[in-house]
Amino acid sequence: MRTFVAIVCVALACALPATASAKVRAFACEPEWAALLDELGGKHISVYQATSPKQDPHRVEARPSLIARMRRADLVVCSGSDLEIGWLPVLLRSAGNSKVQPGQPGHFLASEFVERLDVPEKVDRSMGDVHPFGNPHVHLDPRNLAIIGNALANRLTEIDRDNADIYTARNTAFQEKLSASIKRWEREAEVLKGLRLVTYHRDGIYLANWLGLDLTMTIEPKPGIPPSAGHLADLLSKLKTEPADVIARMAYNEPKAPTWLSERTGIPVVELPYTVGGTKQAKDLFGLFDDTIDRLKTAAGRS
Amino acid sequence: MSRNVLASTLAFSLSFSATALAQDQSAEIEELRQRIQELEERLDSGSTTDPAQSTEVVPATTTPTSSGSAPTSNAFNPAISLILDAKYRNLELDPNTYQIGGFVPSGGHGGEAGHGHGAGPGERGFNLDESELTISANIDPYWLGYFTAGLADGEIEIEEAYIQNSGYMPGLVAKAGRFFSAIGYVNQQHPHSWDFADAPLVQQAFHATNLGEDGVQLRYVAPTDLFIELGVEGGRGANFPGSERNKNGFNAGAVFAHLGGDIGFSNSYQIGASYRETTATEREYDDEDSTGTEIENIFSDLNSKTWGINFVWKWTPNGDPSVRNFKFQAEYFGREEDGQLEYDIDSASPAGTQTGAYSSEQDGWYAQGVWQFMPRWRVGLRYDQLNSGTLEYAPITSGNISRDDLQLLREHKPKRTTVMVDFSTSEFARFRLQFAQDKARFDETDNQIIFQYIVSLGAHGAHKF
Repeated sequence: MRTFVAIVCVALACALPATASAKVRAFACEPEWAALLDELGGKHISVYQATSPKQDPHRVEARPSLIARMRRADLVVCSGSDLEIGWLPVLLRSAGNSKVQPGQPGHFLASEFVERLDVPEKVDRSMGDVHPFGNPHVHLDPRNLAIIGNALANRLTEIDRDNADIYTARNTAFQEKLSASIKRWEREAEVLKGLRLVTYHRDGIYLANWLGLDLTMTIEPKPGIPPSAGHLADLLSKLKTEPADVIARMAYNEPKAPTWLSERTGIPVVELPYTVGGTKQAKDLFGLFDDTIDRLKTAAGRS
Repeated sequence: MSRNVLASTLAFSLSFSATALAQDQSAEIEELRQRIQELEERLDSGSTTDPAQSTEVVPATTTPTSSGSAPTSNAFNPAISLILDAKYRNLELDPNTYQIGGFVPSGGHGGEAGHGHGAGPGERGFNLDESELTISANIDPYWLGYFTAGLADGEIEIEEAYIQNSGYMPGLVAKAGRFFSAIGYVNQQHPHSWDFADAPLVQQAFHATNLGEDGVQLRYVAPTDLFIELGVEGGRGANFPGSERNKNGFNAGAVFAHLGGDIGFSNSYQIGASYRETTATEREYDDEDSTGTEIENIFSDLNSKTWGINFVWKWTPNGDPSVRNFKFQAEYFGREEDGQLEYDIDSASPAGTQTGAYSSEQDGWYAQGVWQFMPRWRVGLRYDQLNSGTLEYAPITSGNISRDDLQLLREHKPKRTTVMVDFSTSEFARFRLQFAQDKARFDETDNQIIFQYIVSLGAHGAHKF
């Protein structure tokens, strides 16, 4: 027992120099928020990205390594709207970090700052794993990123007042570049208007809403439920009567079902990055939209 | 009678949660409408200002207050969930004769206590085992409250009910109330998150399936990239291997440590070690002497020490478990007990009542692997083994009784091999078929087939690693 107390004391003593570190430590649940933090904070923030672009952000395990990172975070940036409901609460409960608990400045849920789509009128699991707060995949509309960028820059200045000017300046630069890019993307994607798109999950809704695409159907029968052979057969016959232009597969989706459908319908399948790092070209938030639009245009033959 | 009371209680609590849920939802929708309106206004005003100015437009404190707590629970506050767990069992041997040979019963044979608690596979035929009701919420900015009750015919068992503070001091997590002890890996899991229909044998024999503690627990997470957690807990120690006692202070104490991390993107692991000490003043159990006479024995002034190590490794390709994943887990427990044993308190056997010093050393382990080979489908294999170890008892040494007069504590190495396959229609429903060859009894092998479903209603669960 006495030894144990000694161990705890030593560990606590080790903790002190670590907390005295000047750099803001940010825990980003998804790559898009890590990228946004990079834009706003640059070298003044050390960002830990909890998930890779190859991971379904809804199905992540509350791994010990994530608890360890959560323990030292000054700021947690996640999508929210229940996207991380299966793991984020466990991390928050286990890490012993009061700074990042809900309601604290260190707890930032991006989707709460924007208008969410697909907000269900009623929530019933017979509809699959629907999110009662609406669709959480808000980052695929860059106009949302502008709003979230502003809010996050403000949050950073609140957490780290010493570098407030830097965050404000970097945000101004980011907003300028973003708003110019949005105009360019909208011009480039003009030809995609009305494109009939089949996606795996309704994670493309914000992209579709922004660019005027038509999300006709999803490969999964209900949110979070993988397609069965029977459902795929149904989709196949549905696609014959209501054809689509492109089948999109996000980087984290398994390739089998989209490929199977594409082979049988002749509808081209396109792999979209979904988030930063999802493809080689999607190196940052700007690359994400450049590449997404590029790939859609190539696949649809509308370049 | 008690069945009716329970049924109405359950019906009441369900209807209550259903209406609360409906009210919560309509309030939620109204709130969302308002929020959308606000956001639209903000968007409109934001679009006319230049970006530099709009950083001022959105003050940092605009997080809608209601949504601050939302993602940690669900649409409902408090988060309410109900787990239904029903089984069909086909058991070759009568579960009323179930025993883990060589070990003092941890409380409740399968046939007696039933409902999946204590040792044993449970009852034959169709069975609604325990339904598990969980309610949790943030109490205020400092405390979280958590409550889980197991509901079965004629009984409501409060499995866990505690408050928890996270981060009062950096890295410190404090818990008080009733909670599952952190001495092992499976011990902290509720039955619905087990990968098999029943608990490992060592868990049944040493911890009566789930060792709960009424007390306090402190955990400290070190500020390192490697996950290092040290913890201490103490409390009433009323459950097996301890016993109820009329005394102030602590009757059980435990220390534990966890270490974990990732290896690349696809592998993660956790290693744990624990030590726990408790005492029993009066712990009875039923046995038979060498002639088959039923006798009752009581342990007193018993000091029980348990140590354990556990290991969990998960493989998820690129960190994404949705298509394929593999999980390996293994635990070992050892136990040493010293105290007094009063043999045959009713003097029913020819030898009559005996008393004397008792000591034993026992251990056990299990290892299991669960492989998800395609979405929704998993197969699993588990092997259990216990060792009754050594036993010293003064009346045996002195020759007053023979070693065989403690029939249940004869030397034995209980073993069990289990295979299972399960199918999940969604994250919220799982159907499982399990077959086990159980050699826990002294001479007989029991072939057990269990078909089970586990479904979750209400709040979306979040599971530990």
